[in-house]
Amino acid sequence: MTGPHVHLGVFQAGVGPQLVWAHPDAAPHTAIETFVQTAQLLERGLFDAFFLGEGLRVRENRGRVHELDVAGRPDAITQLAALAGATERIGLVATQNTTYNFPADLARRLASLDLLSDGRAGWNVVTTDNAWTGENFRHGGWLAHERRYERAEQFVEAAKALWSAWDADAVQDADAKSWARPGSIATVDRHTDLVDLTAVPTVPASRQGRPVLFQAGDSAGGRELAAKHADVVFSAHTRFDEARALAEDLTVRLARYGRDRESLRILPGAEIVLGETAAEAEEKARWVRGEQVTGRRALAFFEQYWGTDLSGYDPDGPLPDIEPSDAELDPSRGTISIDRRSGKLALIAQWRERADAGNLSIRDLALEVSPGHPAFVGTPAQVADEWARYVRARVVDGFNLLPYLIPGALTDVVDLLVPALQERGVYRTGYQGSTLREHLDLPEIR
Amino acid sequence: MSFVLAVELDGDGAHPSAWRHSRRSPGAVLGGAALRTSVHDAERAGFDLATFADTPVPPAGGPDAAGRIEAGTRAAFVATSTSRIGLAPTLHVTTTEPFHLATQLASLDHATRGRAGWVLGAANDVASAATVGGVPLDPAGLHREITDVLDTARALWDSWQDDAVIRDVATGRYLDPDRVHHVDVTAARFTVKGPLITPRPPQGQLVVLAPEELDVAGRTDVVLVGGADPADVADRAERARGAGAARVLAEVQVVLDTDRSGAERLAELDDHTPWPDDGRLRHVGPAAGLVALLRRLAPLVDGVRLHPAVLADDLPVLAGRVLPELADLRAATGDTLRGTFGLTRPENRFAVRGGQS
Repeated sequence: MTGPHVHLGVFQAGVGPQLVWAHPDAAPHTAIETFVQTAQLLERGLFDAFFLGEGLRVRENRGRVHELDVAGRPDAITQLAALAGATERIGLVATQNTTYNFPADLARRLASLDLLSDGRAGWNVVTTDNAWTGENFRHGGWLAHERRYERAEQFVEAAKALWSAWDADAVQDADAKSWARPGSIATVDRHTDLVDLTAVPTVPASRQGRPVLFQAGDSAGGRELAAKHADVVFSAHTRFDEARALAEDLTVRLARYGRDRESLRILPGAEIVLGETAAEAEEKARWVRGEQVTGRRALAFFEQYWGTDLSGYDPDGPLPDIEPSDAELDPSRGTISIDRRSGKLALIAQWRERADAGNLSIRDLALEVSPGHPAFVGTPAQVADEWARYVRARVVDGFNLLPYLIPGALTDVVDLLVPALQERGVYRTGYQGSTLREHLDLPEIR
Repeated sequence: MSFVLAVELDGDGAHPSAWRHSRRSPGAVLGGAALRTSVHDAERAGFDLATFADTPVPPAGGPDAAGRIEAGTRAAFVATSTSRIGLAPTLHVTTTEPFHLATQLASLDHATRGRAGWVLGAANDVASAATVGGVPLDPAGLHREITDVLDTARALWDSWQDDAVIRDVATGRYLDPDRVHHVDVTAARFTVKGPLITPRPPQGQLVVLAPEELDVAGRTDVVLVGGADPADVADRAERARGAGAARVLAEVQVVLDTDRSGAERLAELDDHTPWPDDGRLRHVGPAAGLVALLRRLAPLVDGVRLHPAVLADDLPVLAGRVLPELADLRAATGDTLRGTFGLTRPENRFAVRGGQS
């Protein structure tokens, strides 16, 4: 396909307020059948990838498991290996953490998924530094916050070395003296204070060379890691001007490593709401947001900031009259963004002003300030026009959709939006390649 | 209970030279198509369980196969294209995170809707330990690590009660936090807080299979025993049961007569690389002889795990001339792997206790 076009993935987080589980059409989100049906639906829609989130501790609110949102998800690589056996073309991307994995073990599992899927695997590289998640692991809380990307970089470099340790022609014929040509498989040795391994990989390169690397962090460290190693940036910037700023920043960073913009895909995460008319889409978006921010969720959202039980307050009434606890937020509970680790009291003061000025209830304010607003709302034609504008300007290369309802929200995309994109010449009309790397139009690995 | 028939499906077969007789290019073993073929053949033949051997290091030294796909992903890959056969990968307690191991196995049980097992591995050689920057443990330390990781996995599989997800639209509560538990494991070499990120497996607890030499009979569901002859197998089975094993499978290596005799085939295979005697039963010869051997074993053990020397040669004979002769030892056992072994679905420790997290 020539010219700019839209690459689509679906990011299934598996936890959080995004998914409207109370809807009667919501499929059971942990059932294998739901995953298989979703992956096959996306394959019908010619998507590049199906993408699973992962978090290594169940989210909590003040010491108890968070009760209002969907929770419970499978091991991403295990689930994607099952999906590899149930699909033919779609890319399969696993979010996996560099802080609480052994590099040789994770690299081997990812390479295994890549071979079993015949070159359709991807790895969304994430870091965490928090000791709270570390309580589930052998070396809980071992890594200083400042060093998390240093570890990630060494981890990724070790993985790349393991993935390229086999010569392309290592395996011989059945009548040869040995299964592998002697000397054709290298031992990988890394011994630093952050990565320590000696390993002979048991898995050769797949048809696409190695798993496609996604990177999601938006900090300077994350962007630098992306520029150096990633094939795809899973960004958070869906507004045109912000997306352009990110693309420009990444282009500058890429140049430092001898790379250009063509070697990287930028796919922001985006919730979209479609309707037959613009008004219907707006109405549906309001409904979705209302379902995502129920009165109880609004209270739970502010409880994290107040640090205390607010269940006695009326979500449709004014903000709590009590003062929040002095303790800063702990962003490690899995529900709060990491950039909110300081300045809590100032933020709450700001919120009070905003609520007073607008005469907002607890829930009204939560609707405005809690994360998760739909990025694109409209008819399929409107959204297709908007996306065509984005990709023609190369501010993004597509989107990772964050569905509010499975499968309903995705069926609409496949049946209504994809044809609209195809009409505009910005979406494939058939898979041209077979690997994830080919779907993404990424240059071959040299 | 039905006499359980398991088969080890790693690579091209159990004999180190099997790759020379796979009838496909040697590298093909490292792909989905070859894997699917052997698992589907085993399911169609009527086997109850397929196991997938693994190590963190290359499977063979010297001239033989240097490649192997990780076992947990192999088992998952065939989860949705099979419907009856149990799937049990080898995962090692020494070179993984206990939390990841428990999550991976629970996920396999969900993906297979209750057909997953775990063959407990405890790689403790220098090369395996070095893959995670470690060194081998001493025997006491190793035994403690095995029991610690196994106990932790079992606790984590219980950390969500079966009825934890309530989906109560009226109150907006998706789950009941009183039914999702911290496990607070303190082991010799690690701690784990929990709960698992994955809801309780369909079987409640996966079927755990362990070789007798790991000495964890009381904690596992199935002990795998070797033996020089059926009498030796009987002794070992008795010992395992005395130590608490619920079920015992005998390990049997097989080289069957095809259009050539088993003895001839073995000699040719051994000519390249000898198949070391690791203390397991071995049948070399006609299908009828294997049927007779399995009939002798039937009163002594709960089943067998067969190790075909060459899958491409031995699996068709097993399917055509061995399993059909054992029909009278077999009964329908339900659709979970626990059911196959006649094991009930265990209660959840937290539900029994009725405690809070």
